[in-house]
Amino acid sequence: MYNKKTTLALAGFVGLALSGIAGAADMHTQVIAATCMSCHGPGGNSVGAAPGIAGISQDRFVKAMQDYKTGKRPGTVMLKLAGGYTDAEIEAMGAYFATLK
Amino acid sequence: MTLNRRDFLKVSGAGAAITLTGCSSQSSSKPAAKGKPHVVVVGAGFGGATCAKYIRHWGPNIDVTLIEPNDKFVSCPLSNWVLAGIKDMNFITRGYDNLPKHGIKMVKDYVTGIDTDKRVVKTKGGASISYDRLVLAPGVEILTNTVKGYDAAEAAGKVVHAWKAGPQTVQLRKQLEAMPDGGVFVMSVPTAPYRCPPGPYERACLVAQYFKLAKPKSKIILLDGNADIASKKALFTWAWNTFYPGMIDYRPNNAPFAVDGNAMTVSTEFDQVKGDVLNVVPKQRAGEVCELAGVRNDSNKAWCTVNFATFESTTVPNVHILGDSVLSNLPKSGHMATNHAKVAAAAIVELLAGRQPDPMPVVANTCYSATSDSTAGFVGDVFRLDPEKGYVKQAGGGATSQGAEINFTYAESWAENIWADMLS
Repeated sequence: MYNKKTTLALAGFVGLALSGIAGAADMHTQVIAATCMSCHGPGGNSVGAAPGIAGISQDRFVKAMQDYKTGKRPGTVMLKLAGGYTDAEIEAMGAYFATLK
Repeated sequence: MTLNRRDFLKVSGAGAAITLTGCSSQSSSKPAAKGKPHVVVVGAGFGGATCAKYIRHWGPNIDVTLIEPNDKFVSCPLSNWVLAGIKDMNFITRGYDNLPKHGIKMVKDYVTGIDTDKRVVKTKGGASISYDRLVLAPGVEILTNTVKGYDAAEAAGKVVHAWKAGPQTVQLRKQLEAMPDGGVFVMSVPTAPYRCPPGPYERACLVAQYFKLAKPKSKIILLDGNADIASKKALFTWAWNTFYPGMIDYRPNNAPFAVDGNAMTVSTEFDQVKGDVLNVVPKQRAGEVCELAGVRNDSNKAWCTVNFATFESTTVPNVHILGDSVLSNLPKSGHMATNHAKVAAAAIVELLAGRQPDPMPVVANTCYSATSDSTAGFVGDVFRLDPEKGYVKQAGGGATSQGAEINFTYAESWAENIWADMLS
């Protein structure tokens, strides 16, 4: 049994949790982020010459991706890839990579 | 206070009901009410090892068994570097030692039977392994018997494909080393679709690189079953003209139909060429294990058709196919196989939990090809699943038209990172 206070707390949690539990939205980002790891290393920690991207700030991630998209930032393969993602996906990936260590 | 998803479902009946209403899976799988769900993965290459690892990562309540007959992973990508003497076999050979640390049960065995009704895999070693979902990632079967005389010549050590990295990579390297200066290396490219579209042209570059340094009077005859260079045409044309002028005799529309290991000849409809080293790469189809599951279901019974949101077979429920065995417009690359694996792993985790997988996943292909011992080019493309049209290549991608030193460095970095992502 839950008292009123717990119910309210849970209701708040429901709102937060739905974004995570909906599966599609959450996993959509995680799968894209996982595909980045093929070149940027497991968990975004590179073991080669490519830069690691774990733990970088969302702002830095988003700016880099947007600058690759427009060609403002010099680069190699990222110039071909960045344009394939939506702004929302780039924001979400940035938020996710910021949480990784 | 923290709640995990399971607690959340227990306490919020109404919310859960709403959430689950939209989650009717098209597949027959239900969340396992009792006991842990079990996924069996067959093949520990780019696709299979990645899928096993990511299922455990995203679905720690799922038991994963990975069946693989080989002791170690040997990478096809960068095996052309071994042929040129840029890297050795140790570099492209990686162990499976870390996979059990992710909770993956490794079984070293061959799969000899699959009962897709009872959901049981049988192995050569006598094991019967039940599954809730099965993932097949066997790579390709190389159809040597489509080239007359191939099997006998191969058994006699007179022709290799070296299109699966391993003993034939070593054998071909030794043959190239033993070849006299002024010799002829004959290589063939199968008619598409085949594993690694740029691979044959990269091999021509790197063998030419080796000849240039070690035996400069030697030549390469490249017999292509396709009408033109099938991948990264501008890049390879640039490389052949820039680094290896006059060394590569490229002959399109020239699929070999016969090999003679005694005469050391390769026959096509137009030519019969004689070589000192013969590297004929026959046409291919989905790996043998796909036949056991009845999932080679395209019109030629050669490749596997799948639901691209889940990589589940379009005809056999609960069987997912990854990598080169899949019929699609996505390139047959190791990199792409790891993308299949990640989409499939996420989908399997969602399906086993009774949730709907992402209907519109986004994947990417990144593929480097060396053009010399210090330069490389690449192709990079993002593909977005459209439920009506399949994976649609997004604007802005494409291939480089020249090699560069920075991309050679990144090619090696790519290999180290993708191997680590699969196996570490």
